[in-house]
Amino acid sequence: MKAIARIFLANAIPGAEFGAFVAWKARQCLTFILIACAFAAHAQTPTPEMAPMSPELEVRLKKLETELRCLVCQNQTLAESPAGLAGDLRREIRLLADQNKSNEEIKEHLRARYGDFVLYRPPVDGKTWLLWFGPFFLLIGGAILLWIMNRRRNAMMQTVAPVDADALQRANAILKDE
Amino acid sequence: MLRTWRYFLPLAIFFGLLWFLYTGLSLNPREIPSALINKPTPIFALAQLHSPEKKLGNADMKGKVWLLNVWGSWCVSCRYEHPFLNELSKAQVLPIIGLNWKDKPEDAKAWLAKFGDPYTASVSDLDGRTAIDFGVYGAPETFVIDATGMIRYKHTGPIDATVLSEKLLPVIRELKKS
Repeated sequence: MKAIARIFLANAIPGAEFGAFVAWKARQCLTFILIACAFAAHAQTPTPEMAPMSPELEVRLKKLETELRCLVCQNQTLAESPAGLAGDLRREIRLLADQNKSNEEIKEHLRARYGDFVLYRPPVDGKTWLLWFGPFFLLIGGAILLWIMNRRRNAMMQTVAPVDADALQRANAILKDE
Repeated sequence: MLRTWRYFLPLAIFFGLLWFLYTGLSLNPREIPSALINKPTPIFALAQLHSPEKKLGNADMKGKVWLLNVWGSWCVSCRYEHPFLNELSKAQVLPIIGLNWKDKPEDAKAWLAKFGDPYTASVSDLDGRTAIDFGVYGAPETFVIDATGMIRYKHTGPIDATVLSEKLLPVIRELKKS
């Protein structure tokens, strides 16, 4: 991995223009993803079969799995990921469910081990409040800006002196003469 | 004065945006911060790879600064980091416990016979449940654990000379002092 990164470094970095640098970065990311997926494929080991579950439990766990992220192929939920680790985590969820753990308890169990990242819906806390409320701040900021600009424009319109009747008559007369 | 300041505002916003985007691009999305840093080591007691009748667990390591290295004979990057672990083992810095993750014991033993065995002992995590307790999402992963049994550092991905000298060894030295 290092070696590949170094090849990119060697031909793109010194004195190169900014565009080339961005392209290099993009290539680096792509290479990384490809390599990571190649490694992920190795992690697939068969998971032992478990006793069949009741239809209700199956529906419940399927829904729960769609709210949890697979950590290997990161843009997939646990329900849809074919990665070996996802299989292991699905089994772990099943085992916890069999111990009568609630959905919240199961999520907490995984969060204690894998962090917030495993949740598709991040919790609201000190680190994530900007993510949750940032867009609303932007909205309010934009509304305030719009209001100020509107007020300023209205004020400007009013400062234009009203045209008096005499001047209007003279102007009309001039226009008629032409 | 106010006027000139206003002309530069869009430029400042543009650079702010650029900074955010660039930072986003340069972060490694696979390096998920561990939820277990400064938390007690998960409790485990697993059969040892070379003598399955004997168990080894976190309780046996109390009082020592030790390394837990997650590996498997199926894992390509583990082979890359293996020589560095062999070096570390030769230097006798600290005990290295191998967590043989979802592997066939005979494959694992053959692998160690071929490439050298840096581990004080390896334990077999056949079903991968101990790995889940450690929040493992890919091999190799390496944990530094202190004498009180707290996880103090985690390295995701293969160890190399730089990781060893710049990340792991300083942490280990610091922990051994206290």
